[in-house]
Amino acid sequence: MSALPLLCHATPDALFALRPDGPVSAGRFLAEARALADQLPNGRYLLNVCSDRYRFAVGFAAGLIAGKVSLQPSSQTPETLRQLQADYPDLACLADGPFASLDLPRLDFPDLSAVDRDSACDIPVIPAEAVAAVLFTSGSTGRPQPHAKTWGRLVFNGQAEATRLGLAECPHAIVGTVPVQHSYGFESTFLLALHAGCPFWSGRPFYPQDVAGALAAVPAPRLLVTTPLHLTALLDAGVALPSVDLILSATAPLAAALAATAEERCGAPLHEIYGSTESGQIASRRTVAGPAWEPLPGVTLCLEGDFTIASGGHVEGRVPLSDHIELQPDGRFLLAGRHADLINIAGKRTSLAWLDHQIAAIPGVRDAAFYFPGEADGGTARLAAFVVAPELDARTLLRALRERIDPVFLPRPLVLLQGLPRNPVGKLPRAELEALYAGIREKNR
Amino acid sequence: MSQATAPETVEALLPEVAELIVSALNLDTAPGDIAPDAPLFGDGLGLDSIDILELALVISKRYGFQLKSDNEDNVRIFGSLRALAGHIAAQRTK
Repeated sequence: MSALPLLCHATPDALFALRPDGPVSAGRFLAEARALADQLPNGRYLLNVCSDRYRFAVGFAAGLIAGKVSLQPSSQTPETLRQLQADYPDLACLADGPFASLDLPRLDFPDLSAVDRDSACDIPVIPAEAVAAVLFTSGSTGRPQPHAKTWGRLVFNGQAEATRLGLAECPHAIVGTVPVQHSYGFESTFLLALHAGCPFWSGRPFYPQDVAGALAAVPAPRLLVTTPLHLTALLDAGVALPSVDLILSATAPLAAALAATAEERCGAPLHEIYGSTESGQIASRRTVAGPAWEPLPGVTLCLEGDFTIASGGHVEGRVPLSDHIELQPDGRFLLAGRHADLINIAGKRTSLAWLDHQIAAIPGVRDAAFYFPGEADGGTARLAAFVVAPELDARTLLRALRERIDPVFLPRPLVLLQGLPRNPVGKLPRAELEALYAGIREKNR
Repeated sequence: MSQATAPETVEALLPEVAELIVSALNLDTAPGDIAPDAPLFGDGLGLDSIDILELALVISKRYGFQLKSDNEDNVRIFGSLRALAGHIAAQRTK
């Protein structure tokens, strides 16, 4: 069985991360990971919810060393945690701040400042076939769908992205505005840190001024890993930015005009990443150069029936993609719309079927349907929900929904009705929902 | 920070900030219905992190300062309408 090293840093003195209280070397990181590995609660599965990117990294590495699997759900609602606990009975939680971990065994991130730094830089090697992480999508049945990632594929994933972006030869310091647990942040901040040797800022800056501050706190060359939502806010705010050398965007399509503005303002190329939790990242494009995506090294796409299948390289198995894809003769491809039912709000993906399942599971709800108008007048488009629940009011319903679904999917508005306009076979035509929604908008005008 | 601001200054700012929230986010709520001390997030008005970024931008334009989360707590400033008005009163440059 082959084994691959935890990280690619050449010496123990190599810069690994940047924290508000100073730089962290690769040797220091390894020593802290080994020390934490001895303290982790028993059990095969680890829910690492550390919001500090460095602490997440130490926790993930400690888990790998101790032979644990990192579970990374797409949301952290109480209902999600209860289901994870039911499916993975020996799950334990590692947290670095307030977090409602139910009754899971829990370790609060300990103070590791007394740990002696490794001087030998003896880098742990991990079996390539070992499952290192399980990332989840919301699924359509109400249960999170697991997607297991082996260590070997994760290493290839980081290497493929590093090669594509030219980071292998010239590591950049990473500032990420995205959470490290979700697939994009996991790949483009954490895996790049380990396998392109990119040092990273430990925080997750949120406001435009914070992003500027974090960029100024890391050495050039700099890589900003962000989303269309954060990038729009950053450019609109007009704050002064230190030099940026590369910008990455993912989670939602970026308008070409916004990409052009970002390139002009920062004087840096902007690349978009395309991928999914199921497949991992599979392609990239420089947005201003045109709409076509180029698959990452080793990844191939082929058409099977209505679906495009990604395979090869770091992709686990053969993964059907949720977008309609137009393959070009040169191997590149265009995105031609999503399969029905899937929605994306500010980079969070789910399906209407899953949302309908969640609301229907609330006691007192007789019938319900979510509706996604798709386009907003300005700002981010939101969902609406039409609900038949004679004994409940909107406030109670929203409170129950909040237990189950991510806040960005909470309906605005939630409309209580006597009944839904289902057709004779019980289906709810989209046109009927459109009409209901238009009626509500008209009334509120 | 906001301790230096007189309570009546904050009080006077409440209707204006409530109006700003409702118009920036296209909420179905009337500005006067936002309770000054109720949480804007979670069980209160139900705002989320997308809303904060949109509001932060409108606030920076209207009041001439950039929001910062020095203590990593993005939502503390948005704890309630009164907390937000207090922060604006203390930080505004216009």
